[in-house]
Amino acid sequence: MKTLILTTAALALTAGMALAQQTVRMGTEGAYPPYNFINDAGEIDGFERELGDELCTRAGLTCEWVKNDWDSIIPNLVSGNYDTIVAGMSITDERDEVIDFTQDYYPPTASAYVALSDGVDVMSAVVAAQTGTIQAGHVAESGATLVEFATPEETIAAVRNGEADAVLADRDYLVPIVEESGGELTFIGDPVPLGGGVGMGLRESDTELRDTFDAAITSMKEDGTLNELLKKWFGEDTQTY
Amino acid sequence: MFPYCTDPDTLDTFRWFSCYLTTGVHMSFYLSFLKVLALLAITAPVALGFGFLGAMAARAQFAPLSLFGKGYIAVVRGVPDIAFFLFFVIALDQAFEWSRHQILCPDWTDPIRQGSDFLVCPQAKLPLGTAPEWMHETYGFFLAVITFAIVFGAFAANVLFGAMRAVPHAQLETAAAYGMSRRQTFWRILVPQMWVYALPGLSNLWMVLIKATPLLFLLGIEDIVYWARELGGTKTSRFTDYPHGDWRMWYFLFLLVFYLAMTRISEIVLERLMRRLSHGQATSGGELLRKETTA
Repeated sequence: MKTLILTTAALALTAGMALAQQTVRMGTEGAYPPYNFINDAGEIDGFERELGDELCTRAGLTCEWVKNDWDSIIPNLVSGNYDTIVAGMSITDERDEVIDFTQDYYPPTASAYVALSDGVDVMSAVVAAQTGTIQAGHVAESGATLVEFATPEETIAAVRNGEADAVLADRDYLVPIVEESGGELTFIGDPVPLGGGVGMGLRESDTELRDTFDAAITSMKEDGTLNELLKKWFGEDTQTY
Repeated sequence: MFPYCTDPDTLDTFRWFSCYLTTGVHMSFYLSFLKVLALLAITAPVALGFGFLGAMAARAQFAPLSLFGKGYIAVVRGVPDIAFFLFFVIALDQAFEWSRHQILCPDWTDPIRQGSDFLVCPQAKLPLGTAPEWMHETYGFFLAVITFAIVFGAFAANVLFGAMRAVPHAQLETAAAYGMSRRQTFWRILVPQMWVYALPGLSNLWMVLIKATPLLFLLGIEDIVYWARELGGTKTSRFTDYPHGDWRMWYFLFLLVFYLAMTRISEIVLERLMRRLSHGQATSGGELLRKETTA
């Protein structure tokens, strides 16, 4: 028994060393502010960039950021093009069958409908959502007609040009857009709570890396730095831990 | 870029644009044009090479080789480009990594496929997990070039195969009568004369290749279409110093002009090439040239 424990410890140690030398590649979309976006200098920026960098520092890992389209973000993780998904991805049972998630680093999100006017009935209207998101799933179940787009940007454009009556997306993504639309766009109805929080996605076989990041997220939750980050990027009255 | 760019909100339109169009993201956008041009410059000769080999194989006397050549032409021409692109790039990448895994990590006991995961040992990763990002991008670009070359090589093979058969048979018989071997006839008589028959087909292919470059975007390479979509999208003032509405139309209009210009330049060059190749040929084009010079 003792040798067993010793060998496990030795294995864990060597595996840990192997991890430390390896660069961890962080996959993100870069088109979903404030979670992740490309700033004026052409770099990946946003809440998740800052969070990811801090997690890597705490876990003692070298990390590199990689951009990937939302559509193929899970297949490319699974085939090993990068090691994590940090792209505002909500934890759902369907995704959990294919990949693994860390604990959530953003509380269960509120999604919201946005339209040109108040008079839209979101249960029967034509509603735009990004392909492969929990919002798209929700619209499909609600009885409304779903139109899907590859990027969040296109879902908003569809409402503006009348192709769709409303759009369903994360409230945090919609707030700055509605604020700057000069009254053109408005929130309609109450926010819809969807998903089990946003977590970091990893390959199912990568349990060690997942535990490493899990521990780092826990430590950020405990000392309050995660809450500070959330307030910085999502405003003072955002949900915190 | 310019010293006055620190506070873009206060600038007049002209200065605002001079700052806006020289931001870091826009530099990436301009760089992606070079990527597209590089892809064309590398893919065209490689595809032509594939095509030449394919045509030679299809013409071969040795039955399996000929079958291989004809099979390559038929299969690749028959499969939709997008299906081929999406399948082939992933398959090629995994094939490389799988073979490296077999060679470099013979002691590895874990299965490579675990559920939906594809796992090779860290040393077999291509490029290595520790490699800088530009190496990953170059590798992706290289995979794209191979895929483009294989697809367009099949079309080129078909064009060249036809062109080789279009060379008047009397020419080949004459060569044989002079005592040339099959190989000599091929290189000295057939190949120099076939280009003029191949050029219309090849120029078509070139045009299609130019128009197919946005497929790079499908392969995860940040080409001009990616950046046009990204830069043209609505930007709110919280996340950029240069907020603007939905400008995708203007960006895509710019791409349209770029592609039209590429087409026009190609047309001019191909026309000159055709004139040159027709020189002294027993075709209507060659006849026209002969009359011009003698008249």
